Amino acid sequence: MISNLAMGFGIAFTPFTLLLAVIGAFVGTIIGALPGLGPSNGVALLIPISFSMGLDAISALVLLTSVYYGAMYGGRISSILLNIPGDEPAMMTTLDGYPMARQGLAGEALVVSGVASFVGAFIATIGLMVFAPYLAAVAYKFGPAEYFALYMLAFCTLGGMGSNNQAKAAMSASIGLALAMVGLDKTTGMPRFTFGELHLQDGIDFLVAIVGLFAVAEVFFFIESHGKDSAIGVKLGKVLIPWKMLKRCTGAMLRGTGIGFVAGVLPGAGASLGSFLAYMTEKSVASDKDTFGKGNPKGVAAPEAGNNAAAGGALVPMLTLGVPGSGTTAVLLALLLTLNITPGPLLFTERPEVVWSLIASLLIANIVLLLMNVPMVKIFVHILSVPAWVLLPGVTMIAFVGIYSLTGSSFDMLMMVGFGVLGYVMRKLDMPTVPVILGILLGNAMEDNLRRAMVLSNGDWTFLFSSAISIGLWVAAILGFLAPFFLRRVLKKPPMPETDPTLNED
Amino acid sequence: MIRGDRIFGAVMIVIALGYILSAHGIQTSFMSDPVGPRLFPYMIAAVMIVSATVMILRPDPEAEWPAGPMLAQLGLALVVLIAYAYAITPLGFIIPTAIASGILSWQIGGHPTRAAITGLGLGIGLWIMFRLVLGLSLRGLPHGWGF
Repeated sequence: MISNLAMGFGIAFTPFTLLLAVIGAFVGTIIGALPGLGPSNGVALLIPISFSMGLDAISALVLLTSVYYGAMYGGRISSILLNIPGDEPAMMTTLDGYPMARQGLAGEALVVSGVASFVGAFIATIGLMVFAPYLAAVAYKFGPAEYFALYMLAFCTLGGMGSNNQAKAAMSASIGLALAMVGLDKTTGMPRFTFGELHLQDGIDFLVAIVGLFAVAEVFFFIESHGKDSAIGVKLGKVLIPWKMLKRCTGAMLRGTGIGFVAGVLPGAGASLGSFLAYMTEKSVASDKDTFGKGNPKGVAAPEAGNNAAAGGALVPMLTLGVPGSGTTAVLLALLLTLNITPGPLLFTERPEVVWSLIASLLIANIVLLLMNVPMVKIFVHILSVPAWVLLPGVTMIAFVGIYSLTGSSFDMLMMVGFGVLGYVMRKLDMPTVPVILGILLGNAMEDNLRRAMVLSNGDWTFLFSSAISIGLWVAAILGFLAPFFLRRVLKKPPMPETDPTLNED
Repeated sequence: MIRGDRIFGAVMIVIALGYILSAHGIQTSFMSDPVGPRLFPYMIAAVMIVSATVMILRPDPEAEWPAGPMLAQLGLALVVLIAYAYAITPLGFIIPTAIASGILSWQIGGHPTRAAITGLGLGIGLWIMFRLVLGLSLRGLPHGWGF
């Protein structure tokens, strides 16, 4: 492992990639901090642009994973200063972060949460290094039947955990899968659902769908809400490092990291659940329960560590199995597929340089982010005052340019606008949009595995349930889909701060 | 009472039926397998119909839908985005971007003058960023006007 890591650093540790990591971390923190832009749509917007800049695979990976981690760090800034989470995983940080800021402890809250983010993300990256090869070794045993069950598991848990209404989640997933079928059928080479349109022969580009659903839909929401101007209501004095407070929060950070990492590895759970569970656990083990929600620094440290650890943990199933656990990792999967890298157990043996340079760049990005987010946090606070009426038009135009420079066709841009409308309607109806993305990303692989399984078994459907692994996956899928029916009554979410409808899902 | 969920569910049932019909017409070639190219689409459509039925029978509380003037605003935004998609190839980047982002800025923040300045600034600023800094091949002005 150490020699692999050394190889990764050998590839990733060049002045150019370091520069990319710094730029990515900076841009990512801004994206995370700005309400309405989160890790999913931030990375989605930048994929086409970095692609048309002609970056090679490793440089693009370094740039965009830095953006991803940066957005995870940045979400806390507006949670603490504005009481508006910059992205959904940062929701729990508002509970204690904003009260701290109101008590004049904004600087302390930012430092504690920044360090907690670092601890969470750094340990999770090490966890990724340790666990991913094991999971990859297990994943070797997966045949088509197991993969089909695994995809079912991803959809079921994402639908079950990530939404309030299973029917709506299933609907979203089937919309995504249905869209994935458009294009030439791989086995027979015959066109499906193209309606004679040549542009559709290659299928629907998932980047078009992601940018439309996440970024363009946002514009409609902002027009509807007339873009509440973000005014910073609390003062940020000199930022000093509160060593004592950090020491008090060490336990909270480590517990949050552990919980977040496990939540991240589970498919469908993701960073939001990680930060939620980390906060709830910390509250229940703390001796000073009653100060939670009133500005307890542990209530800032635990969810931030949890959310960043989950972001790292979510990379484990994404890299080893090719199954993303959340919206953001779905976008990262889209990135890998755009770069012609197919995640899965083979990635670890056939292209170890990609895996290990990715891990090395994650470690680099984390250190860059810590340096950027603790002493330089004031710069980001200034950027937060960019008004929505400049930000949103700018983001929309960047979305268009990204898609345009990728394909050069009006057809794709129109399709992107169409996805924007779909995203708006779906979010109005409280339907999750992440399963749509997952469906488009995984649909073809899912069908392919089903058909290969049937070729192997000569059309015998019981083959799908013939191995211990696949039975386990099916059981987990059914449990994941049904469990929330019962859990919803037990696990009541604490009262959330007023959240604007512009929040994107993790 | 009609609710958004019910309308969406009903529309999706129609779409799913159309999807089945379209899947029925997929041709198979000599290269085929026990499952064939139609079965998986049928399965998806079936899930769609089941979940649409649940949405119709047990709708969630109605969301707040935009009405009247706000609907017109959203329609305008949609028209602007569609027009932009058509305009960027013949007219280059700067002019359509300035107009489109100006209109969107006005819709979000009000203040026509402020919005016009924002639009102009974004049109030129983003072009400089994409073309000169990031090096994307993006034509700035209409064909034959230089850049």
